[in-house]
Amino acid sequence: MKVLVPVKRVVDYNVKIRVKSDQTGVDLANVKMSMNPFDEIAIEEAVRLKEAGKATEVVAVSIGVAQSTETIRTALAMGADRGILVKSDETVEPLNVAKILKGIVEAEKPDLVILGKQAIDDDSNQTGQMLAALLGWAQGTFASKIEFDGDKILLTREIDGGLQTLKLNMPTIVTADLRLNEPRYASLPNIMKAKKKPIDEKTPADYGVDVKARLEVLKVTEPPQRQAGIKVESVEQLVSKLKEAGVIG
Amino acid sequence: MALDAETREQLISSVRRFVDERLRPIEDQVSENDAVPAEIVEEMKELGLFGISVPVEYGGLGLNMEEECLLMFELGRTSPAFRSVIGTNVGIGSQGIVMHGRQDQKEYWLPKIASGEVIISFALTEPEAGSDAASLKTTAIRDGDHYVVNGTKRFITNANKAHAFTLMARTDPKTPGAKGVSAFVIPRDIPGISIGKPEKKMGQQGAHICDVIFDNTRIPADCLLGETEGKGFVTAMQVLERGRLHISAVCMGVASRLVEDSTKYAAERKQFGAPIGNLQLVQAMLADSKMEHYAGRCMVIDAAKRRDAGEDVATESSCAKLFCSEAVGRIADRAVQIFGGAGYVADYGIERFYRDVRIFRIYEGTSQVQQVIIARNMLKEVQ
Repeated sequence: MKVLVPVKRVVDYNVKIRVKSDQTGVDLANVKMSMNPFDEIAIEEAVRLKEAGKATEVVAVSIGVAQSTETIRTALAMGADRGILVKSDETVEPLNVAKILKGIVEAEKPDLVILGKQAIDDDSNQTGQMLAALLGWAQGTFASKIEFDGDKILLTREIDGGLQTLKLNMPTIVTADLRLNEPRYASLPNIMKAKKKPIDEKTPADYGVDVKARLEVLKVTEPPQRQAGIKVESVEQLVSKLKEAGVIG
Repeated sequence: MALDAETREQLISSVRRFVDERLRPIEDQVSENDAVPAEIVEEMKELGLFGISVPVEYGGLGLNMEEECLLMFELGRTSPAFRSVIGTNVGIGSQGIVMHGRQDQKEYWLPKIASGEVIISFALTEPEAGSDAASLKTTAIRDGDHYVVNGTKRFITNANKAHAFTLMARTDPKTPGAKGVSAFVIPRDIPGISIGKPEKKMGQQGAHICDVIFDNTRIPADCLLGETEGKGFVTAMQVLERGRLHISAVCMGVASRLVEDSTKYAAERKQFGAPIGNLQLVQAMLADSKMEHYAGRCMVIDAAKRRDAGEDVATESSCAKLFCSEAVGRIADRAVQIFGGAGYVADYGIERFYRDVRIFRIYEGTSQVQQVIIARNMLKEVQ
């Protein structure tokens, strides 16, 4: 079984995000970038499938600027076998990402694609679903557990108030939720070995995709600053203040 | 061979993340229990930390000195007790074998040292031979195809966990001083080696030092490091010289942590209606600490780069060890001062660092020994 895992280069989750003063986007100058944490979980799951003898090859793919190679290297250091970089200096929207991935899936013919459920930069949560639709494949989103039942996948999803288990036909699209696993640290020897693993370089045009944006970002703003509160002396005063604020009748 | 920038960055960020996510949250626990949890030691093995200085052909990472120092800047950003777990394998325990070991010794020991399967300690110091290492009294007398070892080694880091020792002992009692000393690599499980109880120390709880006692211990003759007797002291000095840069880097790692903590606290703690960081006398302390951290870091990188380029950096290594160990002492002292009462009580961990860093001015060559080395080298050049 061959597993394809798309990984995205995003602002590191520890970085305090700053909005550009002209409100066109987030300031990325000298900001630490890392693999999207949900994609790390996806890679971890794929590598575990390989270690368990279920997967034969794990391919990591990243779509974005040249430095996305670093993100692929992290995936290779975690245990993926090879990488594909689809280079684009433009922002690639989820639908275009899904179209490029469709092209890669047709070329690579994986049995399983595991994606992070969403990227922490734009929180779109669309790519996996769109890819499944474009391919006409089954999809299991927000996976917290993946098991195999013959040639089918038993997938547990965390939903409001409980768990839902799906049986999916292969090939299939899975998107990883937070509790699917705890990703490993890329060990120092594996980081060194990852240097020797191959990374193919492609362009969106190789898959016949025009990455021109369909959406226009009007503005990006910081969340409003939280206003200072006040201290009240008594319950009566609290009630009257709440009435003043129109919170209670 | 130096790594490309991208791989180097990945190594650094992997260690940084391990420190942030796994080590920093348990600093108090390690100090309180006087032990690094076994699962953390296992994770350090998996991460590959034990093998950073062992050559690639023997299963290590084969990092150069600059790369090793860059990783130690990161590993230093937490309790130094964690660094001590790998310290002897990366530095003083293994480097004698890397520098002067026979092929069979390298092949047998280095892969086990790199993986962490074997913990190796460095046994030089004695009750009456500290800074005056050449006066050591432990003897190893040749007897057929064995040496018979007698003597006591003191303050030996990781001795209670060690599977092997790099031992310095006098093979020629008639020759006083350095020339009569030889180096050995010996397994712990030879009969006649006993380990004392871990000493109660001022700081770095979780790291242990013990006596190692040799009582008519018969060790096979091929435990001699290298081919010939009488090379031990030179080996020890070369190992220590290399170790000075490693320790300097650890000092600056701790310094960066203290500067970071002091700055955050100064920005948050309010007195006289405003953060204490607004007060110029507090700013002066922050600036002095930052300056000393930056200076020390630059010294370490410069000396390490020169060493990697093949230069003799005996003087520079001693300068770095002297400056960095003294500077981190001052930085820790200022951190206590900036934290005030909170720096003196245990809850904030600042007093723990204050105690932890004190040993840096003493071990692997005291500040005074470094001063003597530096000045002697300076005078040698003009004589």
